[in-house]
Amino acid sequence: MNNPTASPSPIVQLAADDLQTPPLSLRQLTWRRFRRHKMALFGLAMLFVLVAYSYGGMLLVSEEYANHNDTKLRIKPPSNEHLFGTDTVGRDILARTIYGGQISIVIGLTAALLEVLMGVTIGALAGYYGGFLDSLMMRFTEAILNIPQIFLLIVMAKFFGGNLPNVTLMGREYSGSLLVIIAIIGLTSWPYLARIVRSQFLSIKENDFILAARATGTPTWQIIFYHILPNSIAPIVVAATLGVANAITLEAYISFLGLGVKPPTATWGNMLEGAYGYIDQGAYWLWLFPGLLILLTVLSVNFLGDGLRDALDPRSRTV
Amino acid sequence: MTSLPPAAKTPLVQVENLVKHFPVTQGLVLQRKVGMIRAVDGISFTIERGETLGMVGESGCGKTTTGRTLLGLYPPTSGRALIEEQDIFQAKGAQLLNIRRKAQIIFQDPYASLNPRWTVNDIIGEPLRVHHLRSSAAERTERVQELLQLVGLNAQHINRFPHEFSGGQRQRIGIARALASQPVFIVCDEPISALDVSIQAQVVNLLEDLQDQFGLTYLFIAHDLSMVRHICDRVAVMYLGLIVEMADRNELYENPLHPYSQALLSAAPIPDPKKSRAHQRTILSGDVPSPINPPSGCRFHPRCPLAEQRKNPACREVAPEWREVCSGHWAACHEA
Repeated sequence: MNNPTASPSPIVQLAADDLQTPPLSLRQLTWRRFRRHKMALFGLAMLFVLVAYSYGGMLLVSEEYANHNDTKLRIKPPSNEHLFGTDTVGRDILARTIYGGQISIVIGLTAALLEVLMGVTIGALAGYYGGFLDSLMMRFTEAILNIPQIFLLIVMAKFFGGNLPNVTLMGREYSGSLLVIIAIIGLTSWPYLARIVRSQFLSIKENDFILAARATGTPTWQIIFYHILPNSIAPIVVAATLGVANAITLEAYISFLGLGVKPPTATWGNMLEGAYGYIDQGAYWLWLFPGLLILLTVLSVNFLGDGLRDALDPRSRTV
Repeated sequence: MTSLPPAAKTPLVQVENLVKHFPVTQGLVLQRKVGMIRAVDGISFTIERGETLGMVGESGCGKTTTGRTLLGLYPPTSGRALIEEQDIFQAKGAQLLNIRRKAQIIFQDPYASLNPRWTVNDIIGEPLRVHHLRSSAAERTERVQELLQLVGLNAQHINRFPHEFSGGQRQRIGIARALASQPVFIVCDEPISALDVSIQAQVVNLLEDLQDQFGLTYLFIAHDLSMVRHICDRVAVMYLGLIVEMADRNELYENPLHPYSQALLSAAPIPDPKKSRAHQRTILSGDVPSPINPPSGCRFHPRCPLAEQRKNPACREVAPEWREVCSGHWAACHEA
């Protein structure tokens, strides 16, 4: 074969166009679409505030203070001393919401990460290879979907919980039950995502550009990771965002049932549990502050997810 | 051209008895076969070095499947395909990669054939990367710019995404990608059908110029008969998974032997209204039969005007022999 650059090409060149502004990249278009979504912007800003609250608060109050109980100060309403009041054993609620927030954020992110890893792996394998493997994996996924998630969570929390050694993570000591909660939330929420990823792979792998990559001799792992996965990123990102909100809610739920992270480690969920017996006594501050924080976080994450869904969809042409 | 490889005496592409059946399955876990779509049912042809073989036929006759199967993009049911005397269906690993470098494909749909999340640099650079044809990213970019200019695009558009180009420009990107690994053989799978008529001419001229410049060999799949006559040296006519007639371009267009070829050619529009009015069209009745259960004997007999006229029982019972009717003109018909 000769070298195509050796002689000047006899092929007529198309006129170069003199565009003044370069066209927008995919990323710029995505950001423009996201920016139009006011509630998503609000959600994003709110999440920044909540992260700053949980992690910035660390600098002002220590964890010992958050876990310190003083029986002389039981169930005191908000005051200058204790801005959010004190709980049933005299701990400062403001300090506990700060450290509880860290737990919620850690659980939300890691459980969603686990969900994405499992969902993408199973969905991608089923969707790409198809056939018997696909049938096997999808029937398994459906079997898991058939069991109510809450029921699975309660059984697993009961079964794997109990007395676990403490773990140190990022300079902070957590109750061992935290890892159990993360694992069981992650392990029970992937089936929905796996089905989304499978459907994406099924449709994208039929595109001609996949055939072109095969004709080029591109290895299969590159076809999966460089071609198909980036094209199915939108629903994965959206599902992961909503997975964060879901994990935070689920943690609150099982902690409220007393099966989650064990006190004295604070979480928004087990603070609500502590408030349960005192709701009719007018001690609103026991549940109001952790409840409000859960509400705000989940709401913001959901708004963010909605915004991302619209922004990442390349078919939506609104700029 | 530099010196030709020693294999220059034999045809560049040899296809022998290529069969591709797609199974029709039912069932959720244990899928069982309930039928076979006989997309390609035993075809043989050769393409000489530097030649363009046209492949025509109506939708669903197996043209595209032939092109994709002979490149090994679909696993073949049986048969052999040799490119430079290397059997593509037997090749593995480095040998297969080498055949992939030499045999490329251009697709029909310029919208679906480029990854929407990759830049032009990534798309055209992919063959260079996979085949390690350039050692660094900077050298790859340089080569991609050369290729862009070669196909008549602005080299400054290297960092743009496919959605920023028109259909014709995208098709040029697809051509540049196919050329990147310096192939000897390119399957053009209806490369112009999805384009505007004005752009079609540009792309066909580009393909012809590139063929002259690099001595490329094409398998040109199309259904636009006048375009096929313009670009191809020889033409094969396919019907329901089989080649029914193959001859040199002019011979086939002026003296079609198979009644299906005659009907196909008479259906092509004539750009002169006076001639068009005088022209006698052969209108075929009925639809193409299902490739799951093709007709017995000659596959064309239920629609064939000749079979109806002459009432030859062989048409219904015996599959016609593939024979050389006159020098270089092959056909499969009892009556031709």
